[in-house]
Amino acid sequence: MEMIVMLFSDYTLRSIALGAAGLGIVSGILGCFAVLRRQALLGDAMSHAALPGIVLAFMLTGSRAPLTLTLGAAIAGWLGALAVLTIVRMSRIKEDSAFGIVLSVFFALGMVLLTMLQRSGQGGQAGLNTYLFGQAAALITSDVITITVLGAIVLVLLALFWKEFQLLSFDPEYAASLGYPVRILDVLLTSLIVMAIVIGLQLVGVVLMSAMLVAPAVAARQWTNRLSTMALLAGSFGAVAGVVGAVISATGRGLSTGPVIVVCISFVVLVSLLVAPGRGLLWEWLHHQVNQRRFASERHK
Amino acid sequence: MQTAIEVTDLTVAYRDTPVLWDVDISVPRGVLMAIVGPNGAGKTTLIKAMLGLVRAAAGRTLIEGKPYAEQRRLVGYVPQRGSVDWDFPASVLDVVMMGRYGELGWFRRPGRRERELAFEALQKVKMQDFADRQISQLSGGQQQRVFLARALVQDARVYVMDEPFAGVDAVTERAIVTLLQELRSAGKTVVVVHHDLQTTPEYFDWVTLLNVRTIASGPVNEVFTEENLRKTYGSRVGFVAGIDSGLASAPGHQRAPGSRSIVNSIERI
Repeated sequence: MEMIVMLFSDYTLRSIALGAAGLGIVSGILGCFAVLRRQALLGDAMSHAALPGIVLAFMLTGSRAPLTLTLGAAIAGWLGALAVLTIVRMSRIKEDSAFGIVLSVFFALGMVLLTMLQRSGQGGQAGLNTYLFGQAAALITSDVITITVLGAIVLVLLALFWKEFQLLSFDPEYAASLGYPVRILDVLLTSLIVMAIVIGLQLVGVVLMSAMLVAPAVAARQWTNRLSTMALLAGSFGAVAGVVGAVISATGRGLSTGPVIVVCISFVVLVSLLVAPGRGLLWEWLHHQVNQRRFASERHK
Repeated sequence: MQTAIEVTDLTVAYRDTPVLWDVDISVPRGVLMAIVGPNGAGKTTLIKAMLGLVRAAAGRTLIEGKPYAEQRRLVGYVPQRGSVDWDFPASVLDVVMMGRYGELGWFRRPGRRERELAFEALQKVKMQDFADRQISQLSGGQQQRVFLARALVQDARVYVMDEPFAGVDAVTERAIVTLLQELRSAGKTVVVVHHDLQTTPEYFDWVTLLNVRTIASGPVNEVFTEENLRKTYGSRVGFVAGIDSGLASAPGHQRAPGSRSIVNSIERI
């Protein structure tokens, strides 16, 4: 209760909640497409790949401005995605191995750069390692503005190309037969997913960001059979988990935000997997019991 | 007779292996044509290359006299039903409406008119009662009919279908054949990748025998012969025909019954 009052009165807490909500909505909605296209791993690879981009952006510009670092993250994330696609196309290495290679190589590179920076004693590096697991308490107004503006751009583009992305996710070959430039749409949708990832890095961190993409979508799929409803639900789940996690992390004793948010969204996933009507495990079990009873009684008539 | 589809010198290769070699096919307007051939003969690749879904190393395809890129509106494609994830969150009507997306173009959402057209198409495949059903709850035959409805709603002049009879029951197969024959009666051209040699002469009036190259292409009663089938299916047919009381070498055999028993022996493998 005290926390809710604080949420509306405390300035820092309010901007953290706003930022987390924005991030949750964007990553939840975009995550639906990542999950439906079986690209959950791509999200993981891209978020890990963003780390060297963040560190390099800081090394080159000396600036900690969220937009600068986000740009670095986006470019590196994109290069990671491109590397995966190129490896799969040019070699006999399968997709899952390609994801594994890219994820670890980029992440290792990022860690090396990060420790180099620490050794060199550049005081300005303070805060960069919060990008590993995120730190809600470090969020300031300009970060919230960055999240909101980038998030709004992503959502507007998604709304414009909704019909095309739906078709692309369900049946890309048929989309191509209708004359849609499938390759370009694919690049556009992947770019939007990269954007959704990078805007969450400061809050959730590169290690666990893909959970913000995947978990809300998985939970939402349990409750509905409509894509639009799924997207709305996933956005809401993401927002709630984001706000609750960020607020707990910021008011608690310096807890990293990423893990706290992921614990929150995991709870939503767990409940959804168990009790969602139609697809939930508990529901299926009940349905099975009822059916068995019915068949048994019909046989005895 | 005007030509609906004209395939010239079409060659497709995956890495170094040619999957289609120098294929020439000419399909007149208003026929119901089967593409038959053994596994790995390139049947699916042929229709995908015709529709520009697979990059051809050489050759070209004309639809009603012009390249496919200019004639997309005229063509309705029915992919193999196993090519998509049927657990996608969409209703039957949602999927059928996708057939209107080409016509709608960028940024426009499907509305009431699209719903009406989709519902009409569902009536044609007798799936109107399933319009609001989630697609994961459909049987194989129902999935196939949803894909057919999605192509029908395009109101195309040429239909290209990849194994519409695969894994459907006898009743659904009948229903699909009737639908295909109605399309032909309405002057449409229909090209179907088909697996069952037995039913080929009964269902279709035109046939292309394919095994990487075009073995033969033309009216069923001229082209669907024992000799051509042997060329298409290679030693397997020869071997089977050999043990099958020397059928192949029997001199006085008429062409039609001869091909039918070859067909039977292939079926029995």
